[in-house]
Amino acid sequence: MTSQTTDLPAAMAELVEDFTAVGEADRLQLLLELSKELPDLPSRYADRTAEMERVHECQSPLFLAVEVERESEGEPAVRLFFDAPPEAPTTRGFAGILHESLDGLSPAQVLAVPDDAPYRFGLAAAVSPLRMRGMVAMLSRIKRHVAADHPGPPR
Amino acid sequence: MSLPHDPADKIAEYAHPERLVSVPWLQEHLGQPGLVVLESDEDVLLYETGHIPGAQKLDWHLDLNDPLTRDYVDGERFAEVMQARGVTRESTVVIYGDKSNWWAAYALWVLTLFGHPDVRLLDGGRAAWLAAGGEMTTEVPQVESTGYPVVTRDDTGVRAFREDVLEHLGKPLVDVRSPGEFSGELLHMPDYPQEGAMRGGHIPGAASVPWARAAAEDGTFRPRAELEAIYQQEQGLRPDDEVVAYCRIGERSSHTWFVLTHLLGFDSVRNYDGSWTEWGNSVRVPVER
Repeated sequence: MTSQTTDLPAAMAELVEDFTAVGEADRLQLLLELSKELPDLPSRYADRTAEMERVHECQSPLFLAVEVERESEGEPAVRLFFDAPPEAPTTRGFAGILHESLDGLSPAQVLAVPDDAPYRFGLAAAVSPLRMRGMVAMLSRIKRHVAADHPGPPR
Repeated sequence: MSLPHDPADKIAEYAHPERLVSVPWLQEHLGQPGLVVLESDEDVLLYETGHIPGAQKLDWHLDLNDPLTRDYVDGERFAEVMQARGVTRESTVVIYGDKSNWWAAYALWVLTLFGHPDVRLLDGGRAAWLAAGGEMTTEVPQVESTGYPVVTRDDTGVRAFREDVLEHLGKPLVDVRSPGEFSGELLHMPDYPQEGAMRGGHIPGAASVPWARAAAEDGTFRPRAELEAIYQQEQGLRPDDEVVAYCRIGERSSHTWFVLTHLLGFDSVRNYDGSWTEWGNSVRVPVER
């Protein structure tokens, strides 16, 4: 199976290659590993998980915070912070993919990620296409936060 | 070979005690021949994080839905799914899952479409097992494939289609969605506009009884007397009424279908699995707000 990766940031392209190099069962295991590796929230967010953006009752709650770090020199960097309960490993796994793929990129690089990138991982058959919408929604939320912080040229 | 029923007092009070088992019953019978335990969750990875020893995964999307048509699998595919899990037509199947057994109830309802004789829910699902300190494992059991017959799915008894609901208007309907969805204030889940509906509201005449009212804090079903107080005394439903239950895609209403059918003994309850994602998008069907 081949997926297009040339229009993706390097870390995301690498993950796409990892996922698509293995069969469906192993893809689920990879997703599970990423769900376990999702970094804990820094302490400054610890008491804010009540603000988790709870998507309506069919879906698991997800906490998402986006920061843009501005050093005096060089490009600003997008920092992503996620939390989701352990009983939502798929949500945590999707967050893990996006964290590994996007954390540390510049706002312009994040905004340039194609909206269909979540479908490049070959997960639709392993988790069902309907569930992939969770990751699509997560990516669009990240891009919305970044765009609000970093308006860029008018579109 | 069917396993004995759970004799627990709470379960014995229900109309069909043969459809529900408690955690102690499962702990006692786990591993016995003739018993197959299936986990059915909203989260497709939850089983992989740990499950009841010997349990196998049954996923509502991947195993029970047809990949092409919006429908359930056919008899041949269903037989394959059952065989791969070592289920025979004689097996006692116990299903449990996350979210107070939403998806477990949904899976049980689909097994009902195929007339599987002995299928039961674990009261309280995965959370109740964990709360009781039940053992969990990540080991996936190796099972021998069994002979499960190809049975034609029978949609007539417990499934309602849109046309059936149109004919049913005027008879009892139970809308089990949240109050915001019932009132029409919420057209879709935030960030999921593509899973939404063109119109908000409910099917005319439907009573709003959110599914979760049937569940206690710990996810187990409320005792029979409390369920009767909600559905019979408060809502005025009678066990000989014809009832149709619906939600957004038919999973939460499977929970209510189970309550009315198996716990309260209603004779004729159908689940409208098209639910609001069909009704709220259909041209010229009546909507009430």
